[in-house]
Order: sequence, then structure tokens, then C-alpha cells
Amino acid sequence: MSNDSKSGRRSGGQIICDVLLQEGVNAIFGMPGGASLPFYDALYHYPQIRHYLARHEQGAGFMADGYARAKNQVGVCTSTSGPGATNFVTSMASAQMDSVPVVYITGQVAREFIGTDAFQETDATGVSIPVTKQNYLVKDIDELPRTVKEAFYLAKSGRPGPVHLDIPKDIFLAETDAPIPDEIEVRGYQPASAGDSGMIRRAADLINEAKKPVIIAGHGVAISEAWDELRVLAEKVNIPVITTLHGVGCFPETHPLSMGMLGMHGMYYANIAVDQCDLLIGIGFRFDDRVTGRVSGFAPNAKIIHIDLDPAEIEKVVQTDVPIVGDAKATLAQLNPIVGRAETDTWLDYLSKLRSEHPSETPPDTDQFLPQHMIRQIYKHSDGKAKVIADVGQNQMWASQNFFYDHPLSFFSAGGTGPMGYALPAAMGVQVACPDDEVWCVTGDGGFQINIQELAAVAEYKIPIKIGVMNNGHLGMIRQWQNRFYDGRLMGAELANPPFDKVAEAYGIPGLVARTKDEADEAIAKARSIDGPVLIDFMVAENEDCMPMVFPGASLAETVEA
Amino acid sequence: MLSQREQSIQYSTMVLLVEDHPGVLTKVSMVLRRRGFNIASLSVGHSEQPGVSRMTIVVEGTGPRIKQCEKQLYKLIEVLNVYDLTEYDRVDKELAIVRISGQGGKRAEITSAAQAFDAEVVDLGKDYVTCQITASPYSIERFLEMASDFGIMELTRTGVVTMARGRKAGLGAQSVEQTEKEVTSQDGTL
Repeated sequence: MSNDSKSGRRSGGQIICDVLLQEGVNAIFGMPGGASLPFYDALYHYPQIRHYLARHEQGAGFMADGYARAKNQVGVCTSTSGPGATNFVTSMASAQMDSVPVVYITGQVAREFIGTDAFQETDATGVSIPVTKQNYLVKDIDELPRTVKEAFYLAKSGRPGPVHLDIPKDIFLAETDAPIPDEIEVRGYQPASAGDSGMIRRAADLINEAKKPVIIAGHGVAISEAWDELRVLAEKVNIPVITTLHGVGCFPETHPLSMGMLGMHGMYYANIAVDQCDLLIGIGFRFDDRVTGRVSGFAPNAKIIHIDLDPAEIEKVVQTDVPIVGDAKATLAQLNPIVGRAETDTWLDYLSKLRSEHPSETPPDTDQFLPQHMIRQIYKHSDGKAKVIADVGQNQMWASQNFFYDHPLSFFSAGGTGPMGYALPAAMGVQVACPDDEVWCVTGDGGFQINIQELAAVAEYKIPIKIGVMNNGHLGMIRQWQNRFYDGRLMGAELANPPFDKVAEAYGIPGLVARTKDEADEAIAKARSIDGPVLIDFMVAENEDCMPMVFPGASLAETVEA
Repeated sequence: MLSQREQSIQYSTMVLLVEDHPGVLTKVSMVLRRRGFNIASLSVGHSEQPGVSRMTIVVEGTGPRIKQCEKQLYKLIEVLNVYDLTEYDRVDKELAIVRISGQGGKRAEITSAAQAFDAEVVDLGKDYVTCQITASPYSIERFLEMASDFGIMELTRTGVVTMARGRKAGLGAQSVEQTEKEVTSQDGTL
């Protein structure tokens, strides 16, 4: 059986497996079905690629997403035609919005049945157009080697994203001598490298003269692995660094220049710093509405430098003074040598005072067991070294606020699309990618139940993630909004939950319960001592709101602290 | 024929060079739809380069919004070039075939009116005249206004195709490179 050879007569299934090996993929997440059986039969002969059987295709998609983010490489998942492919859609949308390189391989009915409403036939590539970077329905076996290779190239290069390969059943079986190309060139697709040097010079001039600058670092810094360059820029010029949700970890949060996260639930002082700055250096972020608040009131006194790889993000939301289309790492490498220390001491003193007067990151001092305490305790026990995967909602914001992330690629969250149910499968993918790291899945009691079935895969493959259910008996963010903006008319916000520790036990995963801070300390210590997956049901205070908050329609200047 | 609303709208005219692959037209129209751009007219055909199709798209809106539209279209892998020709001197042509009611002995009157518009009579029946007109969308609108006085029985239009005048602004094979440079220098985003 051929394995890593680049030529010779091979089946479609073999070609795909060979490309996976070439691309360094050692795990694939998926669920088989009729149309993908020949692919599974090929996988059978490739023990180097470990298959993880998900219990729902959405789970497989998020596992590949977590794997891709943690490794900063392509993650791969697979499903069959029809419902298998449509179940992928939510995870595709999330990977597309969050720029995550995932290659989706779906089976399709055999070519002769396409367009006949055959059993389990869905126009999968029709469905995936708006939620993928690129997609292909491969109808010619001779085109498969190039197409699969191109899928990986497009997923990873430029602004990464999901690429969908829809493969008819008979194409998996058909054979060809066509070789797998070493290099891929796609006309009409030329991702930018470093930005324009004239623009970089203009940026440097603004930076050198700034009195009140801030850096906002986003996902692009993580994707291009520009954290060292970011740190050089911040330290050399003496600029405070604020991150977006996806930028968390790109700059050490215990660093004196770190100002935490901004946005709707950002740190008060970070939001105020952005409001009052005279120069905003945005690196690899897209002025998302959850970051900017009301756009007309966003950084009203600032000149804006915007560095982004995707030209379509430049001036999509705000007008910029210096637009730079370029890769963050390459651009900062050009920028750093031509900037010098700026006169920012007064500004930094002011922000430091602001921060000590408004300590957003400190949980309230109370005997009650608050959700914030749970995160802070995980932080302390893991010595800040854990990788944390948050779900969506209050838990996501608290997980980003109450843990000081000092390491890049240590906090993951589906920020753009906000798909509840992300954390459990994504944490599994992160753990598969980083088997030696401590991985915590932080999820609410609502989101947890959206992909709770993946506990079966956690148990089956003994994926040693620690699952922290932040259980407040509610869809907490819904309750918070209904309380604040709908006069407390709770509708669909309360949850009647099963005992999650018992659910975990039923799957064969140790389950613990923590009702107080002391119990939480004990449970976390115990979970960390167990070599394998553990679930802790943290029964936290029910009515805690996630603060600070920028109300809908308000500007960052109007950040509410309590 | 254009409604009152349509007459008051400002339009932009874009030319796209795209890979001649299945599904590309769907992808282009879906980008426009999901980003909220209304298509007034869209026509596709071969270009001078084998394997490359040329689209002329007229969309509602102008200015920064269209700039965003252009950038979003560029993000499609199969889109090779996007040119906003709105501000260029260009040749806009469209073909329309109209069956006009000739009842009441109006056939001769229609035929002579058609001559004034350089329209060609391509079919003639007892009570109708079918005309073909190749002209700018503006001239076609005027022709249709005239035709509607007699009664339009059936109408089909191809949608506009366009080409910039002169080599500098043109998009022929020889000038593509030059135009690319211009687009790049305008916004640094190509």
C-alpha cells in the first residue's frame, strides 16, 4: 500500500491520505457514512493518521477547529454526504468568521447520481459557499491530487479559513497516475506579505510622535505568530497593549504594558484608554462591533493605523489614517527598526492610576462562590499555564477576564459566530494537538449540552481534558440581557439540568461537584491529579452579571462597571 | 422598464475577469447578495483569454460602499480582476428584443419610429412588430418608452456589457497590466 509517495497509480482515497501525511496531519475527526465509506477504507491503511470518531459532525468540525488553532496548522475533519455535510455548516461558519484553517472532506453521492435527489444527496458545495473560503466538488479523478493540495494551501495561506472538498463516492475509488504537486500557485490569489514600505514609514512617524498611543492586537497576531515582534514594538516605544478576545495571550497579560481585553465586556481601563488615545495601532483585528461599541464614538480623538492581511477589512468599519495591507509579523519586522521610544510616561501613569481605581479584573470579594472565582482558581492551580477553551456567553467573557494569559495560543474561543457548544469538542482538538499540555474546557451549563454527546469520544480516546461546567442554572447572558434590557421578563433563560457529574460518570469520566470556593479548590486539585479526563460541575452563584459592560448602542466611553 | 425608484438610484458599473469554472457565477452573485448589494444587471461571456470569463455587473450604490463590494469580490479565489469603470469613459451596450403591438394599423408607424432609434425590425406579424435594438441602456429605455405607447407585448434584455474607451483605461490584454498598476496605486490593496 502506498503511503507517502508522490506518484504512482493511486485511488482518490489514497491521494487524500497521502496529502494529509505530506501536510503533517496526524489526526482526523469525523463520522463515516455511506458516501464516505471508500475514504474510510483508505484511512484504514494509514495508521499514521489517527481517526477520532465524533458523535455529531458539528463536534468533528469544532475538534478540527481546536486542533488547527492550537497547532496553527490545518485541521481536518470528515463526514458523509447529506446530513453529514449539513451538520458541518455551523462549524464552517465559525471557522470562516474566525479565520481558522480547517479542511472539510465530505462524501458525495456517486457522480452518476448527482442531481437526481439520490439518498443522502444534498448540494453540499451549494450550501457551503457563504461559509467557506473556497470549496470544490471534484468530478475528475485526475484533478483530485492538485485540488486536495490546493485546499490545504488556501486554508492555511493568507487569511486562513475553511476549505471544503466534496468528493463523490466513486472518486474515492477511481484511480489516477496524476502526481501530487509540490507547489501550488493559484492565479487570482496572492496573499500580501509585508505592507507597503511608504505606509510603514508613515506609521512610524505617527508612532514616534504619539503622546497617548495604544496598540490593539487581534487574532492576526496569533495567526502570523507575531507575538515577539509585538512585544518588541510595545517595549521599544513604550506603548500599552490591549487585545481583542482572539488576541488574548498574544501579549503577556502580567506584563506592565498589558491592559487586558477591550470591548463589550472588556476591562474598563482598556476601553477608556481606547476612547482617550491619540493614536490607535490596530494589528490583525477587524473592528468588530463587539470591540468598537458605537462606531461613531469609537476612539474619537485618535489617528488610526490599521495593519491587516485582508484588504477588505481596511476601512470596512472605520476610516483609517494609515492603512497597511500586510502580514502582521512581516510588517512589524519592518516597522520595529524605525520606531523609537515615545514620550508616553504621562499617559502610562494616567492609565496605571485609572486601572488601580477601576480594577475590572478583580472578582468581587465575597464568600459567595462566583463564576469569576472558578476561573481565578483554575488560573492559580495551573500556575497560569493551562490552555483554556471557552464556550460562548458569560463563561467566555469571565474565562477571558479572570485568567492572566501569558502565553500565545493558550486561550481559544469562537468569538465571531458565537456558536454555543464549541468548547467541549474544540478542547478535545486542542488536547489532541498538544497532548502534553493542561487543557481546560470552560463551558456554561447551556452550551455544554449542545455538544454533550462528545463526552463519549472524550472517554473512548481518554482525551485528558478537564471540563469545568460553570453551572448557574441559566443561559446566563440571556438572563443578564433580559434583566437589564427587558425589565426582568425571563423567557427561555432558565435551565433544568441533569446532574452533570452523574452524566460524566455514566460516560465513564470521573465527575466532581463544587458548591463553594473551598470545594472548588479541592475539586480542581483532585482533577489535576487524575491522569485522564475529569468533569467538575461548578455550582456558581446564579445571578451574577458579567461586567464591565458596554450597553448596545453605547460607546466605549460609556462602559458600565457594575 | 425602470420604475420610479430605479430611476433615482445611482449605479456603479464593474467588470470582473473570473476563472471559467462551474459555480463561479453563483459565488459572485452570492457575495453581492449576502453583503447587501442589489444587482441591476449582470452579464457573462468569454473574454479574449481562454479560460477566463468576463462579467459586467451593474450594482446599486457608489463610493466607499462599492469599494467594499469590490474588495469582497476580490476575496473570491476565482476572481482574477475587478474594475470599477463607473467613472471611466466607456462603451455601454445592451441588446433588447421587443414585440410591439401593431393593432390598429400601427405597423408602419412603429417601423418608422424604430428607424429613428436605429432599431431593426426582425419579425413582423399581422398585429405586431418585433424589433431588435443594440444601444446604450439609456437609449434602450427611451426606445421602450416610445414602444410602450403602442403596447409592449414581450420584452427581453441581455443586460449591459461594457468596455472602457482608449488604451489607458481599457481592459484589453495589452492594457491589463497598466490598469492593475493604477488600481494598486489608488488604494494599495490589489
